[in-house]
Amino acid sequence: MVKFLIRRLGLMVVILFLVSIIVFSLVHLTPGDPARMILGQEATEESLQALREQMGLNDPLYVQYFSWVTNVLQGDLGNSLKDNTPVLTVLLQKLPVTIQLSIMSFFIAMVIAIPAGIVSATRKGTFWDYFGTTFALSGVSVPPFFLGILLIFIFSISFGWLAPSGYVEPWKDFKKSMLLMILPALAVGVRLSAEITRMLRSSMLEVLEADYIRTAYAKGVLERGVVIGHALKNALIPVVTVSGLQLATFLGGAVITETIFAIPGIGRLVIDAILTRDFPVVQGAVLFMAIAVVVVNFFIDVLYSILDPRIKLTGGQ
Amino acid sequence: MEAQLEQKIAVVESPRKRRMKEMSSRFFQNKLAVVGGIFTLLLILMAVFAPVVAPYNPSEQDYAKFLQSPNGENLLGTDELGRDIFSRIIYGARVSIQAGIISVGIALLIGIPIGLFSGYYRGVLDEFVVMRFTDALLSFPPLVLALSLAAVLGAGLQNAMIAIGIIFTPNFIRLVRGEVLSQREREYVTAAKASGISDFKIIFRHILPNCLPPILVQATLSIAAAIISEASLSYLGLGTQPPTPSWGAMLSMGQGYLGDAPWISLFPGLFIFMTVLSINLFGDGLRDALDPKLK
Repeated sequence: MVKFLIRRLGLMVVILFLVSIIVFSLVHLTPGDPARMILGQEATEESLQALREQMGLNDPLYVQYFSWVTNVLQGDLGNSLKDNTPVLTVLLQKLPVTIQLSIMSFFIAMVIAIPAGIVSATRKGTFWDYFGTTFALSGVSVPPFFLGILLIFIFSISFGWLAPSGYVEPWKDFKKSMLLMILPALAVGVRLSAEITRMLRSSMLEVLEADYIRTAYAKGVLERGVVIGHALKNALIPVVTVSGLQLATFLGGAVITETIFAIPGIGRLVIDAILTRDFPVVQGAVLFMAIAVVVVNFFIDVLYSILDPRIKLTGGQ
Repeated sequence: MEAQLEQKIAVVESPRKRRMKEMSSRFFQNKLAVVGGIFTLLLILMAVFAPVVAPYNPSEQDYAKFLQSPNGENLLGTDELGRDIFSRIIYGARVSIQAGIISVGIALLIGIPIGLFSGYYRGVLDEFVVMRFTDALLSFPPLVLALSLAAVLGAGLQNAMIAIGIIFTPNFIRLVRGEVLSQREREYVTAAKASGISDFKIIFRHILPNCLPPILVQATLSIAAAIISEASLSYLGLGTQPPTPSWGAMLSMGQGYLGDAPWISLFPGLFIFMTVLSINLFGDGLRDALDPKLK
């Protein structure tokens, strides 16, 4: 276990190093002058030169990279070009909003996906299976922004049940906060549930073929007991692992959903920063998201190795 | 000698034709996949023959007819500038399909050779550079990376396609590498090596054709995902630029009129959904036909 942990930790460090190179390259290696890219085509030569000096753009590239990484490791992601606020402060301000959206979306996704996946797998070839798989495929095929707009059109404009946009912190007005977050969470959650339903169905179908399931049936255990007590537990293991990989896609969906519903989370921050060319914020937020994905996947891998000891024998490959 | 051996290998692989027949019969039994394929084909035809199919010029503004609901003259209504939505959707299909195919083409062009060489030669370069680099790229939310790249490269369809192509590349590298790892242990590769055929020929003439079925499936499903990505970039203003009609941008423009003229947004959205669903149905059917075990 210790060997596996050390190996996996080493792997994470290598990936994080490469992630940092990619994020750094986003601004520094692309064609053109980063200073002009940040300040725009109308910038004067003096302001360009001042920014180049401030960002250390006149130094060799590797010096620039190491000074940037050193700052990042000390928690300094630079300052926003808009109002000079430290990027880390901005990110930490927005983080709780995105976490709230994530928790609610994940809850909705699970509430839909677990029954849908189980029914599809246990009733394979029936109407319910077709219904479940069609729902899952439709959920995967619907663009997140269209789903958001459709939900606003149905629940806000046509029925007038929920507000189309806005955000209130849950500790200020819990009920209002939940009501405002239902539609965005549905927009992200339905899509996520579609992915999980597909994974759970195929994983469940595989598990249901196993000998121990046949044994359980032979012992006279009721179907509900076999499915929920025996099959689901094992079928969920690969689903949890793949869900970790889905985190990246999930964050991408949150970016667009936060924009549609005017939710002041990290996703909206990224879009605003991209559109206003606030590159320190773009770099910081993209790095932050990628680190979140890498770290979550590390913990999922460790959890997986505890749940399924066979993985340690192969060194986690 | 080499030619003879290759001929022999070809004879050994002749059951491929039989397998192809079995696959096509399995595919045509899957009604949803066939429907998906037909819809996709119709859409491609619609995009190719847009000037013939579209009833109006997609950029023609008519202020006398702005925000009209669907009617006999304008089947899907008009937008805030009096432009015909149906014609704009038809021309928008061109952008979407072009973006889907070209960006996946870019990903294939980069991903296949890297995956092939990485899987065939393995070693430090494969384990510590290629694989870890794909791990790193896959750690980024794809849409966010595409947006950042598009922002850095500059807004526009061409840069959007490059950005989307780059974000899809690691998936193909991993897929091809995985396939090569299993193929390189097969007897036909050992036989080819023993007869002195060059590595380059083994990789491209023998291993690559055996890796094609999963690549084809992944490419099909990726086209669907690329269409969503392009529409997302255009929705956020970083993809196709006006006045070229694109589904994502139409949806974004219409969002402000959702209460008075919902058709401006809803019809392009419905077309993106139907297109992506059809391609996914077709891709899923293709996968099930090629590897029935996965069903």
